[in-house]
Amino acid sequence: MIEAHGLGKTFDAFTAVHNLSLNVAEGELLALLGPNGAGKTTTVRMLGSILKPTTGTARVNGYDVVAEPHKVRHAIGMLTEQPGLYLRMSGLEYLLFYGRLYGLSDAAIKKRGLGLFERFGMIEAAERRLGTYSKGMRQKVGLIRSMLHSPNILLLDEPTSAMDPHSAKLVRDSIMELRDDKRAIILCTHNLAEAESLADRIAIIKQGTIVAEGETAVLKQQLLGPPQLEVRLDRPLNGQINDLDDIVAIEWMRGDTIRYRTEQPITANPELIRRLSGLGLGVVYLHVVADETGD
Amino acid sequence: MTILALPARRHDLRMALIVARREIRDSFRDWRILVPIILLTVFFPALMNFTARRLVAFVENYGADIIATQLIPFLLLVVGFFPMSFSLIIALETFVGERERKSLEPLLSTPLTDFQLYMGKMLAALVPPLMASYLGMAVYMVGLRFSIGWMPTLPLFIQTVLLTTVQGVIMVAGAVIVSSQTTSVRAANLLASFIIVPMALLIQAEAAAMFWGNHAGLWWLILALSITALVLMRMGIRIFSREELMGNEIDQIRLGWIWGQFWARFSGRVENRPYLRPRAWYKETFAILPQLRLPIAVQLIAMLAAVIASVLVANQYPFSPDMQAEMTSENMVENLGYLQLLAGALPTFIFFNNVRVLLLQVLLGVFTFGVIGVFIFMLPWAIVGFAAAQFGLAGESASAFLLATIVPHALFEFPAILIAAAAALRWHATVISPPPNRTLSEGFIWASADYFRLFVGVVLPLLLVAAFVESYVTPAVMLRVFGG
Repeated sequence: MIEAHGLGKTFDAFTAVHNLSLNVAEGELLALLGPNGAGKTTTVRMLGSILKPTTGTARVNGYDVVAEPHKVRHAIGMLTEQPGLYLRMSGLEYLLFYGRLYGLSDAAIKKRGLGLFERFGMIEAAERRLGTYSKGMRQKVGLIRSMLHSPNILLLDEPTSAMDPHSAKLVRDSIMELRDDKRAIILCTHNLAEAESLADRIAIIKQGTIVAEGETAVLKQQLLGPPQLEVRLDRPLNGQINDLDDIVAIEWMRGDTIRYRTEQPITANPELIRRLSGLGLGVVYLHVVADETGD
Repeated sequence: MTILALPARRHDLRMALIVARREIRDSFRDWRILVPIILLTVFFPALMNFTARRLVAFVENYGADIIATQLIPFLLLVVGFFPMSFSLIIALETFVGERERKSLEPLLSTPLTDFQLYMGKMLAALVPPLMASYLGMAVYMVGLRFSIGWMPTLPLFIQTVLLTTVQGVIMVAGAVIVSSQTTSVRAANLLASFIIVPMALLIQAEAAAMFWGNHAGLWWLILALSITALVLMRMGIRIFSREELMGNEIDQIRLGWIWGQFWARFSGRVENRPYLRPRAWYKETFAILPQLRLPIAVQLIAMLAAVIASVLVANQYPFSPDMQAEMTSENMVENLGYLQLLAGALPTFIFFNNVRVLLLQVLLGVFTFGVIGVFIFMLPWAIVGFAAAQFGLAGESASAFLLATIVPHALFEFPAILIAAAAALRWHATVISPPPNRTLSEGFIWASADYFRLFVGVVLPLLLVAAFVESYVTPAVMLRVFGG
C-alpha cells in the first residue's frame, strides 16, 4: 500500500532525505525510528504529498505522490508533528471542518468523531474550545482527526508525545486495532520501546537514509547482538562458579545474580540451570533484560 | 456520488467555501477583528456624514456649492476604502499566520487542491471587509439622504461600488500573495505598505477624477483595475507553493546567492563547468530567442495598435496648412544640413539615447508587470506613424518618408529594440507566471540574466551599428530621396 523507491529530498544545499526505499503492506505497521533531524518527518511529508520528492518515486494506495497528490491525500490520515488546532473552535466543530474536507456528511462526522472522543476519554470536552485543552488532549484531537475518515493508510508522527501513560496506552491500543483492521501504518518515533511494542518492522533512519530495517526481534539481534539474560539464584554465589564460559558469555556476577548472553538460548539455558542445580543453587527466575535505548 | 466524482468547478467552489466559512467564523470570534469592523461600519460613516454636512454648510456661505457636490462622492469612496484597508490584516496573516501557529500542515495534508485552498482563503479575507464597506457606504448614503438630501446618481453609485470592489480584490489578492510568500507575520506586515500606499495614491487620483467630473475616465480605470485584479489572482495561484509554505527559511536578502544565480545564467557557467568560449556563449544566447515568440508577438501587436491609433489621431488632427507647407522635400534637405554640424557626435548620442530608453523600459516595467515597458515600446512607433501620416496629409509621400528616414537604420535598430522589449516583457511577466519547477526568485533572476545576455550580446552591437547607420547612411539616403 506504501512503496517508496530511492526517495530523496534536498532543500537548497541541504539533503534531508537520501535514497530512501521502503514498503508497507496492508495490515502492517512500520516504525520509522531515528533521532531528531534524521529525516522522519520529511519522509512522511513526501509520502503524504505535502512535499515533492527531489529524487525517487513513491506510491501510496496505488497513487503516485507527485502525479496524483489529491488522491493520495484523500486516502491517508496524517497526524502531523504538531497537532495544529484552531483554538477558537470547539473539538466537535474542528472535526466537522476536517470531516467535510474529506467529503463526509455531518451526521457521519458526529457519529465517528464523538465515538472517538468517547474512546479517548474526552467526550465531556467535545463542545469546549480547543484552546482550553491540555497538550495531551490536543494531541489526541490530532489523532482523531487523522482517523476520522477511516483511511486505509495512516502516517503518524510521534502520536503519543505529550501524553500521560494512560492516554498513551489508549492511543497505542487504537493504533493496534487499526493495524489489525488491515490499515497500513507508518509510525515516526524516537522511542524504541514504543516502536518495539507496536511495530511489525522497524526502519532505523539516520541522516536521511535507512541504515537498518527488519522485524523488531531480528533487528535487535543484528544491532545489539543476542539479548542479555539475567538469572536470580536462591542464595549468593560465594565464588562457587568458576567457569561457565563454555556454555554462556557471562557479563557480570553480583551477589545472587548473574547476567549473560548466549547465541543459543534453547540449548544453553537448560544446561546452565542443570549446572547451577548441580552446585546446589536454585534458580528463582530467569528473564531477558530490557536494552537501553541508544543511537 | 462520491466527493471526487462531483463536477470539478462545483467541487472546487464547495471546498473553497468550506475553508472560507471556517475562516470567517474564526475571524468573527476574534474581538480584535470584530470591534474595528463595527467601528468602521457604523461610526466612521457617521463621522464622514458629519464632515459632509459641515462641508456643505461651509462652502454654501461662499456660494461654492459645486465644491461640496464634487467632494461628497469622494467621501463615499473613502467610507468604502477604510474597511477594505482593514481587510489587509486578515489577508496578510492568512497563510503565514497559520504557518506560525502550526495549523497549516494539517490543512495541507487534506485533499484540498492549491486552487481550492487559495480561493477559500481569498474569499475569507475578502467577504467580511467588502460587506463592511458596502454597509458603511449604505449608512453614509442613508445619513446624507436624510440630512442634506443628497443621493448619488446611478452611474456614480455603480462606479463607486465597482471601484470599491475591485480595489478590495486587488488589495486582498496582493496581501494573500505576500502572506503565501513570506515566512513570518512580521515580514508580511512590513510589506503591507507596498499595498496600502499605491492604493491610497489611486484613491487620490480617483478623487481628482471625480472632482473634475471625469466619470468616463473612471470607467476605463475600473476596467484596468479589474484586469489587474484578475492578473494578481492568477499570479497568486501560479506562484503558490506548498514547499515554500512549509520551508524553514528566514526572509533575508541573499546578495551572494542572487549574484551567483545571475552570473551562472548570464555567463553560462552553470554547475561549475568551465566558462564558455564566445562562440558557445553566443550559441546559447541565440537559443533564448525562440523562447521570446510570445512576447515578440505581444510587442508586435502593441506596435501595430500604436501605429493604427497614431494614424487615426493624425487624420483627426491634421497639421495646419502653414505647418503642412513646411513639410516639403526642400525643407528636409535643408534640415539635414544642420545635422552635419553634429555628425561626429551623432552616433554616440543616438547609441546612448537608445540604451537609456531601453534601460528605462526595464526599470519601469519591473514595477508594473511589464505594462509600462510595452507602452514605452509603443511610443516611438506612435510618433513615427503620426509623422508619416501627417506627411501623407501634407501631400508628400508617406512611404518615401518612411523609406528614407526610418528604414535604413531600422533594419538594425528595430530587431534590437524588439528583442530587448520582448526579453524585458518575458522577465517582468515571470512574476505573474513563473516557470514550472522553479521558485519565483529563481525564475525572476534567470529571466533577468537572459535579458542582459541578449542585451549585451545582441542588442548593444545592433544598436551600435544602427547608430552609425542613422548618423551616416540614413542622411545620405534622405538626400538621395528628397534631394533628387
